[in-house]
Amino acid sequence: MRNLVVFLARNYFFLLFLLLEVLSLYFLVQRNYFQHARAVSASHAFTGTLFEWRTQFVEYLDLKEQNKHLAEKLAYTLTADSAAWMMYTSRTTPVIDTVFKQRFEFLAALVVDNTVSRRNNYLIINRGRLQGAREDMGVISPDGIVGIIVNVSDNFSLVMSVLHKDSKISASIKQDGTFGQLRWNGKNYREATLLDLPTHAKLNRGDTLVTSGLGDAFPAGIPVGTVLGFETKPGDKTFTVDIQLTTDFRKLRHVLIIKNLMREEIGLLREKIKVDD
Amino acid sequence: MINEVIRHFIRFVLLVLAQGLILKNVEPGNFMNPFLYILFLIQLPFEAPAWLVLLLSFILGYSVDTFYQTVGMHMAACTFIGWVRPRLLRFLAPRDGYEFGSQPTMQDMGRVWFLTYATIIIVLHHLALFYLEMFSFREFFSTFIRVLISSAATLLLVVVTQFLFYRTKEAT
Repeated sequence: MRNLVVFLARNYFFLLFLLLEVLSLYFLVQRNYFQHARAVSASHAFTGTLFEWRTQFVEYLDLKEQNKHLAEKLAYTLTADSAAWMMYTSRTTPVIDTVFKQRFEFLAALVVDNTVSRRNNYLIINRGRLQGAREDMGVISPDGIVGIIVNVSDNFSLVMSVLHKDSKISASIKQDGTFGQLRWNGKNYREATLLDLPTHAKLNRGDTLVTSGLGDAFPAGIPVGTVLGFETKPGDKTFTVDIQLTTDFRKLRHVLIIKNLMREEIGLLREKIKVDD
Repeated sequence: MINEVIRHFIRFVLLVLAQGLILKNVEPGNFMNPFLYILFLIQLPFEAPAWLVLLLSFILGYSVDTFYQTVGMHMAACTFIGWVRPRLLRFLAPRDGYEFGSQPTMQDMGRVWFLTYATIIIVLHHLALFYLEMFSFREFFSTFIRVLISSAATLLLVVVTQFLFYRTKEAT
């Protein structure tokens, strides 16, 4: 017993170090669990408020460009809207729409914090649980995809950016329809890679890539990027495609959260797979 | 003594806020992520007890983690520095030990000593931090370049603070 006390007294510094270091590493390894924990979302609520103050402070700096960009998008959207179109035939039949049912809803949000130069980048946006944001919802900008919500507090959401080593989004070639997995190699915030694209896909430089609609987070057809180049290793049955992302993450300000109104229904089906297995 | 504690506390708060609200979003290049907040650990007094430095490193790491939306990453890297620092100070000690009342600043300890000391701490901290962020050696070289570029940026900022906040001793 006395020996133990002497040992502890002599090595207390190293033991304290070991304790704290192991604790930190435990947090780090368990990050997926902690990222969804209440304690973490409380700390996001705190830093989120600080980030929002900062954003209000620096927002006016590029207000002009942001407004111009939004106005252009608005003009485009209004043109596509049915109200801008004239009925071409004189015969009108009122119908209750039983063919289409709304599947996605969009919620506007403002980016209050964002990085692009780290290996794993996150955004904080100013919509949270009270405004209807939930974990695993997709986030897009007027230009293309942005990321997926990993944690929500009352008024803020933490978004895992596409610029993250764990981000895996299904994207397809618009003309062809074959899909692969979008990953980021950490080098340039304007470029990403598409993996696992089968070699039978018809691929050209400059082809457009869009979200494939697989998974619950994004509807099909949201812009992702354009093909810069592609290569395949001999004997490999997949392409590795270099992509220019359409979203400029450095200029992100206004984004949209995507609510999938049929997520629960799909989730129920998914559970059936687990039961059957 | 109390004054000293308050000074270090204010430095802690200012550095964490500067890191979390300003430096984090100033992104001059793809691989450049300076972490000036480590200056707090660099400037703790020589006489500070080792266990206190270790605990402060842990708390510093936690505070920065909350701003970076990470869990445990800065904590682990800082705790590591808290453990390295006393060893490094012993290794770098002048022959007669540190003069009483002197601070680990460029002003008190001279350029060569301070640059050696700061560089070792910064590079070790950044090595731990960036490899923990990647959590694998898969992108070994690009992570290493990230460490080098960011360390250089951090060192530059640390040296700038030395010139800004500590006037060089007047020759008397």
